Amino acid sequence: MAPRPMKRTVFTALVLALAMLATACGSGDDVTGPTADEGSCDVADLNLVTPGKLTVATGEPAYPPWVGTTDGEGFDDPASKLGYEAALVYELAAQMGFTDADVVWTRVGFDEAIAPGTKPWDFNLQQYSITEAREQVVDFSAPYYTTRQALVVFEGSPFAAPSSMADLKDAALGAQVGTTSLDFIEDVIKPSKEAAVYNDNAAAKAAMTAGQIDGIIVDLPTAYYITAVEIEGSVIAAQFETEAADPDNYGLLFAEGNSLVPCVNTALAALRDSGKLDELEQTYLTQGGSIPTISG
Amino acid sequence: MREPSSIDNVGGGPGLLGPPPAPGRREEGTRAALIAFASTIIFTIVALWVILASPNWPKIQQQFFDWGHFVEAFPAILKGFWLDIKMFLGAEVIILILSLIIAMIRSLRGPAFFPIRALAVVFIDIIRGVPVILLILLMGFGIPALQLPGVPKSALFWGLTALILSYSAYTAEVYRAGIESVHESQRMSARSLGLTQGQALRYVLVPQAIRNVVPALLNGFVSLQKDVALVLVLGIREAVRAADIYAAKTFNYTGYIAATLLFLIVSIPVARFTDWYTERDRRRKQSVTA
Amino acid sequence: MTLPKLELRGVWKSFEDKEVLRDVGLTVGHHDVVCLIGSSGSGKSTMLKCINLLFPIDRGQILFDGADITAPGVNANQVREKMGIVFQAFNLFPHMTVLDNITLSPRKVHGAAKSRAEAQARDLLARFGLSDKIDEYPDRLSGGQQQRVAIVRALATEPELMLFDEVTSALDPELVSEVLNVIRGLKDVGMTMVIATHEMGFARDVADQVCFLDEGRILEHGVPDQIFSSPQEPRTKQFLQRIIDAGRL
Repeated sequence: MAPRPMKRTVFTALVLALAMLATACGSGDDVTGPTADEGSCDVADLNLVTPGKLTVATGEPAYPPWVGTTDGEGFDDPASKLGYEAALVYELAAQMGFTDADVVWTRVGFDEAIAPGTKPWDFNLQQYSITEAREQVVDFSAPYYTTRQALVVFEGSPFAAPSSMADLKDAALGAQVGTTSLDFIEDVIKPSKEAAVYNDNAAAKAAMTAGQIDGIIVDLPTAYYITAVEIEGSVIAAQFETEAADPDNYGLLFAEGNSLVPCVNTALAALRDSGKLDELEQTYLTQGGSIPTISG
Repeated sequence: MREPSSIDNVGGGPGLLGPPPAPGRREEGTRAALIAFASTIIFTIVALWVILASPNWPKIQQQFFDWGHFVEAFPAILKGFWLDIKMFLGAEVIILILSLIIAMIRSLRGPAFFPIRALAVVFIDIIRGVPVILLILLMGFGIPALQLPGVPKSALFWGLTALILSYSAYTAEVYRAGIESVHESQRMSARSLGLTQGQALRYVLVPQAIRNVVPALLNGFVSLQKDVALVLVLGIREAVRAADIYAAKTFNYTGYIAATLLFLIVSIPVARFTDWYTERDRRRKQSVTA
Repeated sequence: MTLPKLELRGVWKSFEDKEVLRDVGLTVGHHDVVCLIGSSGSGKSTMLKCINLLFPIDRGQILFDGADITAPGVNANQVREKMGIVFQAFNLFPHMTVLDNITLSPRKVHGAAKSRAEAQARDLLARFGLSDKIDEYPDRLSGGQQQRVAIVRALATEPELMLFDEVTSALDPELVSEVLNVIRGLKDVGMTMVIATHEMGFARDVADQVCFLDEGRILEHGVPDQIFSSPQEPRTKQFLQRIIDAGRL
């Protein structure tokens, strides 16, 4: 019999075996990063990507009310200093001894930023929730804002007025990949239909507009923006306050082991004590009217 | 049937292992096979040793080849892959039929058929010129957003439709090349027997054309097997998306490797089958009397 | 006086800018056998394909049984059913058996029942000594057998005129005569035929009329004796001399 088929089978099998073998043998080794230095928080002494400059990353586009106001001012323009997160950065910078001109903005994808490794920026903020899983690979500052998950649907939807989690069991829900919003759907709401998962909130919004999903889960301020500005006819059906899920604490995201963290936390604490954080929240993140709260 | 000569057996046909070596006797054929086998083993061992001994290996292994993560990620990815399989099998059937119809329309001759021939050309040009992902987004989000009555909203429906249209345009050109590669005398013989253009295509040209282009069609099929993953942008949880979700949650990429293996498990056999088919066809043509 | 079976009047045909047929005129009476001789590229093949309406002509007329088949509005398929044409090669459909090759047209075009078409096929194959090949695929047949089956296939549609386009030119020499004998047999039963050929001996034997084509024109025509023994035109003499020198006449 011709030996040819045998050789091909062997070759193919070996290629596949190589991959499988690779996962089973050897043992992983933890990568230890540099330990945080204790030291002065003067600008000159800080461990910055570009000395003398504060390089801050955020998403693209950066949406209101985090960057820009809900009226459309400063849309996707963090240098305008408008929007909760944009304004926060400039306050922090001033607190730490930078001038406004020292702040340099750069843009990164949501997932990319969380991935382990060194970063070409000092810190990133785009509504990152502090989670244990993420803390294994990156560092967070102390929380700067606490929020809840919210459900956005169309007015008149059968899911527009849920009184409990059980009312959402049959909903087709969607969220962005890698977010606590997605985890919330899968671990807490647990609808009978699997959640639809999108590359970004823009796609989730497109799917809702196309009638492919009943609603999306996002943080409350984002929900405000979507319903006020982005999707006509949409409403916030509920915000969630459950024991099963911790509230979302947003933190600034740093490369693992970045020695900037203590100094930033000091500045953040100062802003909190002076009431600045509350002031920013009042300006950008509070809306009139009450949103029904679901706790179970 | 005469015994196949060793020129056919030794070393295998073109493709994976290169052109067959010079003719020899049966014993030489077996010996060559053993040498190839042994050298493959040695090569693999050396390659494995080089990789595993590298200082970066532990990091790479933890990130991409961690067994614990593999086991944890696998069920969801396998479930997503099952959806991929259903998608590409279903789509392929429709593509083969639709593209054949388009190709036959393009092959009709004569001024009377100009309008539909032109329509086929326009369709092929536009659809083939647009990236599949763009088509998927346009149709998957765009069309349902119009909220036209009676039009389906499902992301899966429009995602698959976009894939089917895209691949039908490409495959139609494959068929057309096949039809045109059939000797002109065949068409003339068919017409001279009184067959209409449609009958000539159906009974004479297309059967031969298909035989000629089976490898190219299989190639397109392998391509489709991978491209079905693109519907993930519409929120559909097929294998790559499932791996993506896992990676975003755990920052470990072993899930991607698991998805890779699954895709290879279906595509490699098809590639080998294509090689076998091409080789068999070539041998048959060689033995045909003039 | 009965109309000729086939008549060409002032036929011109060009491909792109090249004139392939120039002012061709020909009359073929019922049961006549006309042989076309000439070098490659002289227009023999094109002429046959124009007669069979596989190519449209640019100027002139072709009359079949007195009717102008090149006029607009003529159903070409119907005309073709009454003619049979056999080419030099690639006649048979390789993906069908001999039987299917032969019964395809009777069944699909004439709507004959399968059994009747098959009976006719068997009958024809028996007449030409090819019965044992009925279920074979063309690639199992020799070149001569393939050409003979191609002739049988053309005959299955019961044509009134047969056209042969150098049907033995691609064959090994020992297979040529079996095909030529088939054509002789057709002459014996009175089939009207136009045959393009290089086989001069054969042409001399069977033809009622021989036409010498040169650069798209019928330069000379007449009975075989006249053309082969005492050609008038210098180019005809030149052509025949080359054939004689090659030992083919």
